Amino acid sequence: MDIIVCLFLFAGLFFFTGGAVGILRFPDFYSRLHPAGKLDTLGLLLSLIGLALFNLHHFSLGALLTSAKIILIVVFVFLASPTATHAIVDAGVRAGLAPWTKGEERR
Amino acid sequence: MNKQEQEKKSFFFYPFLATFIIMFGVWVLLSGKFDLFHISLGLISCAIVSYLSADLLFPSPKIGGLLGQWARFVRYIPWLMIEIMKANLHVTYLVFHPRMMELIDPRIVKFQSKLTSDLALVTFANSITLTPGTITVDVSLDGDFKVHAIDKASGDPLPGEMEARISKAFGED
Amino acid sequence: MDTIFMYCSLYVAFLMLLSLYRGLVGPTVLDRMICVNAIGSKTTVVLVLIGLLYHRVDMFVDIALAYAMLNFVAVLAASRYFQKRKGLHDEV
Repeated sequence: MDIIVCLFLFAGLFFFTGGAVGILRFPDFYSRLHPAGKLDTLGLLLSLIGLALFNLHHFSLGALLTSAKIILIVVFVFLASPTATHAIVDAGVRAGLAPWTKGEERR
Repeated sequence: MNKQEQEKKSFFFYPFLATFIIMFGVWVLLSGKFDLFHISLGLISCAIVSYLSADLLFPSPKIGGLLGQWARFVRYIPWLMIEIMKANLHVTYLVFHPRMMELIDPRIVKFQSKLTSDLALVTFANSITLTPGTITVDVSLDGDFKVHAIDKASGDPLPGEMEARISKAFGED
Repeated sequence: MDTIFMYCSLYVAFLMLLSLYRGLVGPTVLDRMICVNAIGSKTTVVLVLIGLLYHRVDMFVDIALAYAMLNFVAVLAASRYFQKRKGLHDEV
C-alpha cells in the first residue's frame, strides 16, 4: 500500500519538476504557459490521488469524507486550470504580444 | 392556457431536481455532519439556490437525452486521460532535452470545427488546453479555433480524433 | 512515512523557489502571473502534506480547497485587469 502511495507521489513530484524547469527554460510567454498550466495540473492530480489513498489507510467514515474532499479539489482544479490558462492567453493576445518563432532571440 | 402552464411547469421541474441533487451532494460532502439541524439547513439552502440557478446549469428543458449524454460523456473521460498522459510525457521530454531551443517550433494553427452547441465547443476548447503542446487562443461562436502549438508534432493532429469523439459524446453526428 | 512527506514538502518548496525566479525577472506582467498560478497549485499540495504531517488533514483539506478557489479567482481577475493595457512589452 505504502509503495503505491509513494509511486503516485513521486510521479506527481516529477511532473512538478518538469513544470518548474519548463517555466525557467522556455523562450517566451506563450510557450511558458504550456508547462505552467498543464504539467502542474497533472502533477497535482497524481500527488493528490496518492495522498487520498494514504488517507484511507485507517478506514472510517471521516477518512472517507476527507478523501472525497481531496478528490473534489482535483475535479475543481481540472475544471479551473484550463480556464485560467485561457484567461492569461487572452490577456496576452489583446495586449498585442507576438508569439516567438524559431530563430529569434529568447525573451 | 392550461396546457401551456403545464409545459412551463415541466420545463422547470427536472432541471430543478437535478441541480438540487448535485447541490445536496456537495453540501453533505463539505459539511460531514449528519444530525437533523445540519441536514435541514442544507435542504433549505439547496432549495433556494437551485430555485434561483436551475436554468444556468441545465439550459435545455429536455431531460430525456440528458442521462444518455452523461453516460457517453463519462465514457469519453478515460480516453482523454490516456491522451493527457501521453502528451504530458512528450512535453516533459521537451523540457528536459538539452537542445530544447532547436526542437520547439511554436506556431498558431487555425481550423474550422463542425461542432455547433456551446457545451461541445467549450469541452473541445478545454480538452485542447488540457492536452499539452496545444493551447486554445481564441474560439468564436461559429467554431473558428486558433490554437497555439509548441511544435509540429503536437499541432498537426488537430482537429482529428478528439473532435470526432466529442461530437459522438454530445450526439452531434 | 512522515519522513517521506517531510522531504516531499521541502522539495516542493524548493520548486516554488525556482518558479519564483521567473516571477522576479520575468519580462512582462503576464510572466509574473504564470508564476502566481504555478506557485498556487504547488501550495495546494503542500497544504495537504502539512495536514498529513500534523494528523489534522480533515481541517487542512478545507484550507486547501479554499486556497485553490482563491488562486483561480485571483488569476482570472488579474488577467481581466491587465488585458486592458496596451504595450505590455515595454514594462520591465
